[in-house]
Amino acid sequence: MSSIPKSRLAALAVFLVVLALFPLGANGYILGVLTTAFYFAVFAMSWDLLFGYAGEVNFGPTFLIGLGAYGAGMSNALLGLPVPLAIAVGAIAAVAGGVALAIPALRLSGPYLGLITLVSVLLLQQAIVIFAGVTGGEIGLSVPDVLSISSAANYEYALGFMLVSGLILFLISRSSLGMILQAAGQDQVAAAALGFNATRHKILAFAVSALFSGLAGAFLVFYLGTASVSAVVDISIGVRVIIAAVLGGRRTIIGGAIGSVFLIVAGELLRPIGQLSTFVVALIALVVIVLFPDGLLGLLPHRRGA
Amino acid sequence: MNTTTTPRLAVSGLHKRFGGLIAVKSLDFNLYPGEILGLIGPNGSGKSTVMQMIMGVVRPTAGQILLDGQDIAGRPTYDIARAGVGIVFQHSRPLRLQTVLENILLGLLPDSLSRLRPPPGAIETARRIGEECGLGEVLDRLPATLPFADLRRMELAKAIARDPSVVLVDEPFAGLTSAEVHDFSALIRRFRDQGRAVMLVDHNVKSIASLADRVLALYLGEKIAEGSSEQVMQDETVRRVYLGGGIETHERPEAEIAAHKVLLHAEDVSVFYGKAQALENVSLTVHEGEFVSIVGLNGAGKTSLFNAISGLVPFRGAISWDGARRGGESAAAIARAGIVQCPETRELFGRLSVAENLELAGQRLAPGERASRLDWLHELFPILRVRGTQESRTLSGGEQQMLAIARSLMLKPRLLILDEPTLGLAPVILGQLSEALSRLRETTDITVLLGEQNVTFALPHADRVYVIEHGRIIWNGTPTRFAAEAGTGYL
Repeated sequence: MSSIPKSRLAALAVFLVVLALFPLGANGYILGVLTTAFYFAVFAMSWDLLFGYAGEVNFGPTFLIGLGAYGAGMSNALLGLPVPLAIAVGAIAAVAGGVALAIPALRLSGPYLGLITLVSVLLLQQAIVIFAGVTGGEIGLSVPDVLSISSAANYEYALGFMLVSGLILFLISRSSLGMILQAAGQDQVAAAALGFNATRHKILAFAVSALFSGLAGAFLVFYLGTASVSAVVDISIGVRVIIAAVLGGRRTIIGGAIGSVFLIVAGELLRPIGQLSTFVVALIALVVIVLFPDGLLGLLPHRRGA
Repeated sequence: MNTTTTPRLAVSGLHKRFGGLIAVKSLDFNLYPGEILGLIGPNGSGKSTVMQMIMGVVRPTAGQILLDGQDIAGRPTYDIARAGVGIVFQHSRPLRLQTVLENILLGLLPDSLSRLRPPPGAIETARRIGEECGLGEVLDRLPATLPFADLRRMELAKAIARDPSVVLVDEPFAGLTSAEVHDFSALIRRFRDQGRAVMLVDHNVKSIASLADRVLALYLGEKIAEGSSEQVMQDETVRRVYLGGGIETHERPEAEIAAHKVLLHAEDVSVFYGKAQALENVSLTVHEGEFVSIVGLNGAGKTSLFNAISGLVPFRGAISWDGARRGGESAAAIARAGIVQCPETRELFGRLSVAENLELAGQRLAPGERASRLDWLHELFPILRVRGTQESRTLSGGEQQMLAIARSLMLKPRLLILDEPTLGLAPVILGQLSEALSRLRETTDITVLLGEQNVTFALPHADRVYVIEHGRIIWNGTPTRFAAEAGTGYL
């Protein structure tokens, strides 16, 4: 609810213009890396709304992402739905999954809910493998349509999608709703004593988080041209989403985007060292998280109370 | 008290059962607009349960709670809050990233999923309420930077943000200095003068006597007295419950005790936590074989004193043990020398069985001695034999406490320190625990230092009693003299 200083808004605007003009100068490879990073950023920001604000421990963000990705991919590949409609189907599937996940979340909390969210990912993964006939199984599902074949266009789609999603999530987090979510996440009884039906708010948080996770998953499928377990469902993807959000700074929304871009770009920069790159990036993330629990955003001096 | 108007809150036949335990028994009372009602009772009396039922945190087993004629019993908390009941919790968990003003604003937001901005005027209202509650200077600060009293003020402000007609306050003055108590009293009086019905929940009458218009005392879930603070303080039943009037004391003649040698002597012991002083020049003597009780309310300094004696916190002053002045021995060395503290938190190994917990404590004993000691403990606490193979976390509170004491005894203490053994126990359990202490006292020549806020539990066993208040010993003497000379502080 605090207003952002004008100077910072101007800096942000300049930064966004530069980002948007990137395709003029950068090659397809760099654009490709950033495109993936931008979708990843939406995963991490959606996760932050659920964990950082509503206080719900979701160790399985890829359950929601995967539902969105496969929902969209299958409705395009099997039903022949056009891309926008397929993306909508994916988003609906993810929201349904998110609300389904909210049911145990209202009974359990902390590590127990975390375990359920993990199991949900494994279930989804198994279901994809078992029903390989329609899902493509372990090989993956190729979709006939793609967003665009131009890397510049794909980059702009991803950037636009990330900015719109991020803005909406950020506004929600800073709104009355975000405050009520934080209160309910910290102490459900105290929030109820202030007159808030915490249950309804938490279900909404699950639904919103699922909506953007699912949309991002669906977009990613039509960027990659394929939906595969290793790209959108695997537990390790979920772990990277969580690391990105924590690395950037919990309870900030924007931190998720910063962390994602950092993780993915760092991974690419270190590609020359081969297998070691994943290890080194994980190590950097670990050091940052241990030394700066508030994440990269926490390093900025503007944070209140610092 | 104003009985001519209709009650704002009319409670009738309110009943709560937790499994086999009846926490609140067919309680009736009224709360009128413009009055401050004090609901008091010792630990386990059911007062918190009553408050939680009014707020909808706990569902009543039976009974009605009428708010302006509407039954709110069993409705969800958020519904009750919107109907006009506000609560000030004892512990606060403010939003850390939001300012004080925003925290107060939270209380003014509508429970709506679609509203992203606070309603018009809400920020001004939040500011006004904050200023009213004495937070004008700190509205733009983060909660983490506030002193404790201001955090409590913020909780008050949040509770009245929705302009409730009923305000419940849990332990209004816990942790406040006397100057702050004065300010808070003024604030709470203002709530009353605004026409709200205020209910304070606390352990004893004394702390809220000057504030409450009317007091209702609970014991074992039942109303035992109702009236003005003075009336309740003079009530026979209340005096018996709080002061153990008529309880049998077992003190031994002072001369007999004094003939034993001094086992522990503390001289002018002070304990500081940062700038806060928890203990101020406390002196205390325990003779060999003596049973000494230290009586004091929550936060009086009992645990700090025990921790100083056990070498767990640094202190100023001198402590002599067994005739020699102690130097800088480690806590472990002090324990080996024979001081065993049974902490209020019990610290059992919850997933180990009862027998394993005892066995662990007896590691240092020779097998033969361990077995004979175990037999003796089983005689002392027969229930522990029955429960031998059970995981200790599945024991009832009273049984856990017995196990904790038995485990301490396994270490063959020369001085057994019992810190609040009755904490959180239902009154029925106290009897069993008290019997066990009687057996211990009668069948052994053990030396015990007992810290308690429950006077009825502390007095019967004691040879001598110390009363501690705000970190200072304010009285010491025999249990028989206690009620007459030091009792008023415990009503």
